[in-house]
Amino acid sequence: MLSDIAVQYLPILVFLAVALGVALAASGLSFVLAKQKPDPEKVSAYECGFEAFSDARRRFDVRFYLVAILFIIFDLEVAFLFPWSVSLFEGGVAAFWSVMIFLGVLTIGFIYEWKKGALEWE
Amino acid sequence: MVQIVVYALLAVAIIIPVLVGVAYLTYAERRVLAAMQMRKGPNVVGPFGLLQPIADGVKLLGKETIIPAGADMVLFIGAPILTFFLALSAWAVIPFDAKLVLADINVGILYLFAISSLGVYGIIIAGWASNSKYSFLGSLRSAAQMVSYEVSIGLVMITVLLCVGSLNLGKIIEAQREGWFVFRLFAPDGWAVGVPLLFPMAVVFFISALAETNRHPFDLPEGESELVGGFNTEYSSMSFALFFLGEYANMILLSAMTSILFLGGWLPPHDSVAFVPGFIWFALKIAAVLFVFLWVRAALPRYRYDQLMRIGWKFFLPVSLVWVVVVAAWQLFLMGPPA
Repeated sequence: MLSDIAVQYLPILVFLAVALGVALAASGLSFVLAKQKPDPEKVSAYECGFEAFSDARRRFDVRFYLVAILFIIFDLEVAFLFPWSVSLFEGGVAAFWSVMIFLGVLTIGFIYEWKKGALEWE
Repeated sequence: MVQIVVYALLAVAIIIPVLVGVAYLTYAERRVLAAMQMRKGPNVVGPFGLLQPIADGVKLLGKETIIPAGADMVLFIGAPILTFFLALSAWAVIPFDAKLVLADINVGILYLFAISSLGVYGIIIAGWASNSKYSFLGSLRSAAQMVSYEVSIGLVMITVLLCVGSLNLGKIIEAQREGWFVFRLFAPDGWAVGVPLLFPMAVVFFISALAETNRHPFDLPEGESELVGGFNTEYSSMSFALFFLGEYANMILLSAMTSILFLGGWLPPHDSVAFVPGFIWFALKIAAVLFVFLWVRAALPRYRYDQLMRIGWKFFLPVSLVWVVVVAAWQLFLMGPPA
């Protein structure tokens, strides 16, 4: 016998399986239906008519990495706020102010990032 | 066992309308843009060109899938499948009507947030696997843009949750019976007039939704003039179609989320029209939001990448963070617990 939670999530699991099936079928079908006839010119990487002159997996701007780190911090913060937001009234004033302190600390970090120029793209 | 088959049939009953919706959204987009530019748009295949999306689908299905020589084959083929799969998965928890929902889980909004966050993977895998400079740069830009705006989307959701007190999507809609959150005036006891507390958040949510789906005016990942096709430069045939369908399915999904969070989901706009079933109101609201998506595309020029990141991090993030504090304080100290 399945537990209550499992029963609640079973439709989602079945839905995910069906969705994956549809995606796989659509992708697979084109391999079955269409004639595959690769040749060296066809399979070369697109580079505006040039021969590709270097591997595409090269160094990239560090700012993308910074954005990813900032994202982790703020997304985690949002994840922490979800349970707080639905129990605001159970927690009352004490919960409100403890979250304010948490947000305050984050804001100090955010201001530091801003002043350091981590958010600048020119 | 029987239960599983029933769920599978229900899943198909949700996925097929979504796919038909996606197909006709591409048609609607072409027709609406054409009308806004004083052109005709597709009008040859079938009456009023209504069979155009089907013709496009069949054409793409019959095309050869070109796998670039330097590409990582498994990831290259897997990325569009993942994108499309995730774009469909979110629909499992969307309530179409008061009782019309496949999985009425009590953390519905968290599920939606989680699934929409995973969307980045498909794009970054595609860019990496293609081994083409345009794809790689396009996917980096796209990923950075999507994660930037996800933060403000998350904070906007928090502000709505503070006014509802539940993560269940049905309860979020039910809470809007006295007025949709987009226009609701929050009046504490003894105040003559209320304040449209969530209206600015609805605006932030909609603009972030445009950026999250890589739509105009934030469609930099596929800014044709600089990056050819962005992350899907090397894709062809059904793999390309899956990205395309996934992108449009995400547009519909974010419109549905806008309707649920701010426009009252399946609630009728007035009691006098309550005889019209809820799912029709829901569909109409989604269509209205989607129309604005298309309208924005016709009306606005593309943003520069630095401007895009500046709005995301230096405007939307601080504003929505402050708004979380304002709404929490307002609810706790002025309004009292939600009914």
